[in-house]
Amino acid sequence: MIGLERKSSERYLPDQGREACGLFGVMNTSGKRFPGNIAISAIKNIKVRGNGLGGGFAVYGIYPDYKDYYALHIMFENKKRDVKTTVEKYLTENFNVAYDEQIPTNPQVSLFHPPLVWRYFVTPEKKGDERNFSDDEFVVDKVMHINTSIDDAYVFSSGKNMGVFKGVGFPDEIADYFLLDKLYEGYIWTVHSRFPTNTPGWWGGAHPFSILDWTVVHNGEISSYGTNRRFLEMYGYYCTLFTDTEVMAYAVDFLMRRQGLPIEVVSKIFAPPMWDAIDQMREKEKHLNTTLRMVYGPLLLNGPFTVIVARHNEMFGITDRIRLRPITAGAKDDLVYLSSEEAAIRSVAPDLDFAWTPHGGNPVVVRMNSTDHLLSMDNSI
Amino acid sequence: MYSYLLPEFAIERKTERCIKCRVCERQCPLGGHKYDPDLDAMFSCEEVCVGCQRCAVFCPTGALCVRPHPSQYKLNFSWTREKLQDLKKQAETGGVILAGSGNDKPYKVYWDHLVLNASQVTNPSIDPLREPMELKTFLGKKPDSLEIDLSEEGFEIKSELNPNKMIELPVAFSAMSYGAISYQAFLSLAMAAREVGTLFNTGEGGLPLEMREKYGGNAVVQCASGRFGVDSEYFNCASIVEIKIGQGAKPGIGGHLPGEKVSFNVARNRMIPEGSDALSPAPQHDIYSIEDLSMLIYALKEVTNYTKPISVKIAAVNHVAAIASGIVRAGADIIAIDGIRGGTGSAPKIIRDNIGIPLELALAAVDKRLRDEGIRNKCSVIAAGGFRCSGDVLKAIALGADAVYIGTSALVAMGCTLCQKCYTGKCAWGVCTQDPYLAKRLNPEIASAKLVNMLRSWEHEIKEMLGGMGINAIESIRGNRDHLRGVGLEGWELDVLGVKGAGE
Repeated sequence: MIGLERKSSERYLPDQGREACGLFGVMNTSGKRFPGNIAISAIKNIKVRGNGLGGGFAVYGIYPDYKDYYALHIMFENKKRDVKTTVEKYLTENFNVAYDEQIPTNPQVSLFHPPLVWRYFVTPEKKGDERNFSDDEFVVDKVMHINTSIDDAYVFSSGKNMGVFKGVGFPDEIADYFLLDKLYEGYIWTVHSRFPTNTPGWWGGAHPFSILDWTVVHNGEISSYGTNRRFLEMYGYYCTLFTDTEVMAYAVDFLMRRQGLPIEVVSKIFAPPMWDAIDQMREKEKHLNTTLRMVYGPLLLNGPFTVIVARHNEMFGITDRIRLRPITAGAKDDLVYLSSEEAAIRSVAPDLDFAWTPHGGNPVVVRMNSTDHLLSMDNSI
Repeated sequence: MYSYLLPEFAIERKTERCIKCRVCERQCPLGGHKYDPDLDAMFSCEEVCVGCQRCAVFCPTGALCVRPHPSQYKLNFSWTREKLQDLKKQAETGGVILAGSGNDKPYKVYWDHLVLNASQVTNPSIDPLREPMELKTFLGKKPDSLEIDLSEEGFEIKSELNPNKMIELPVAFSAMSYGAISYQAFLSLAMAAREVGTLFNTGEGGLPLEMREKYGGNAVVQCASGRFGVDSEYFNCASIVEIKIGQGAKPGIGGHLPGEKVSFNVARNRMIPEGSDALSPAPQHDIYSIEDLSMLIYALKEVTNYTKPISVKIAAVNHVAAIASGIVRAGADIIAIDGIRGGTGSAPKIIRDNIGIPLELALAAVDKRLRDEGIRNKCSVIAAGGFRCSGDVLKAIALGADAVYIGTSALVAMGCTLCQKCYTGKCAWGVCTQDPYLAKRLNPEIASAKLVNMLRSWEHEIKEMLGGMGINAIESIRGNRDHLRGVGLEGWELDVLGVKGAGE
């Protein structure tokens, strides 16, 4: 990674955000795109899990015309023209910008201090040593730069053919504001309703959190936050939002994209089995689990959480190792649902084929054209 | 005996309680109590008393009280009694004043200025009596990434791993050599480490042959500047090999085990003639640079066929962070950092009390430096020097240590009362002596049980504290400074510790 910034002491870093939240995710495993009404009504059903201080959506498959371009959703918090100029100068120095526009919003919806949100469809223009980096690595680096070094500008999402729409308000208000039910169709929708306890309303602090095409919606408070954050800093991931979700998104990117580990392995890192259970395993499995804990112990996510992570062709949900937060999965034909509460799923899919609650640390993995998600049913509550 | 010195302690004998059983006389190896058969009376010799309290504890009628001597020089905050007495001793002998145990000067104990966190509302605390709470710790180098294959039998690790030693809780016994401490004390540490599933450290005095098979798996064996007791079998019987560069109590200088303490068995273990002084040079004479250290690290890896982590122990000094980084790059799997309050069996007092920096600051600086350089995973960090309770231990782990070494705490658990006279070899408690009459006072069955109890209670306490923070595995507090806050510290101190002030 290049262009890193370091703080002189931990002492000056902001506090970790604390929050509890409602989550919902839905994916069509045959890849068929569908509008946002399912996700919007589901999250409305669990309004009590949020307090109107943050809501957001991640949608996959929304930009088929620009599917080979990184779609950068960038927020300019105070709508300052000079900040936008700075960002655009930086973008043109590093990318070829194919098209850009303001993300359309509904003027009828009034929200708290809405920023200017712009989208840019770009391809990397690497210079010199940068050619040694993959496109993804390059984009991550530039996103980190904008987030850490340009005040008032913040990248909502940076993946291809996907986007994050989020802000301060209940998620259904955010959906109305960005006209999600009218303008977009996607094959995965994840949504988040936030109940922060100490971070005041800030548009960048809403979920989903995203890097490249990874998005994370998360509920809980990770007590291992400091350990996770400092470990990831060693690998060039600098947290700027100080929320658990950010750490989780970076951890996912680090383990799955950079280290190439599948989610079935990553879940054993985030929510490993207890040593007592490992001791009972057969030799190979024991070796695997012991080694994972030894090497990736700093990425164990301790404390209560439920998380739904998505990227193209894949969505998965998992809870912490002692299941201090719930997750429920449901399936009906090609649609697979994940949510922090079963009620949210039932409200949009009353006649499910299956509904199940996996054990802590046991992931529900939803993959394109597969029934992998049903595997987690074998070992559910 | 020095002339014109005030006794340090006063021995008060309540004659109405004393039954003249002469227990005190037998218990005191320094001749502090004497029975006069002609007068049928007990007498005290206060000049020799070191305040170890052995007599007071053993007196069956509670007739004895040993306390700081009430006579004093005119009060002077600069010229303290200790300074005056030291000058008088030096005027008389022309020698270097020796001391045992750790630095007793009032440098700031940062542990007492750091407080830990707990969960309230937003995150449930976990009850360790009802839920698993995991303290297992791995010491050694961790790879940057793992290669994992998916086969028919499931996922399989393809990467070759560096050797790591697993310990059941992140507390191990610090280096205390057989020779400095008694065989009984040494054996007690080994027995306790084995029972609890942690490590003891042989120091540089070798590992007795008869202990190797049973206790080797729990041993850290040292390769120090004197190279006492060193051969390939010694290295290969252990689970970790440690190169001792420095010691917190005496950074920059070597060691000296006087010939009087070199008994037949001590001599055999150290491979030196009986009764000869065992002198450890100040530096290792084959290590005059970091490249030389690297050569020794790899020589030891060769000897042990790359099956054991190699540790390098250094004293905490000014540039400890840069030195630690060099040590990791030289190939060490573990770095042990011994702070200014680290103990010793014997050190020049002027060195013990004036050289080195506090462990807390050194540890924080090392952890930060290794992370900044992206090499923290390439080694484990063991912190040592002045851990008094499980609270200190957990704070050290939150600052960034993988595990801690405890020395003085273990000795105290076995009976030590910190009279600081270890270098005399006349420990009345049988801990730090080679005199068979004194050493047999320590029964390894009993002493090891006490050590096990102490570790178990610390284990319980650590679990309680972790549970309170909503954490159920020790790896999630490691380097997690968010769970620490400083109280009564200045800005620069908080900066170095990387910790916010309470309420910040």
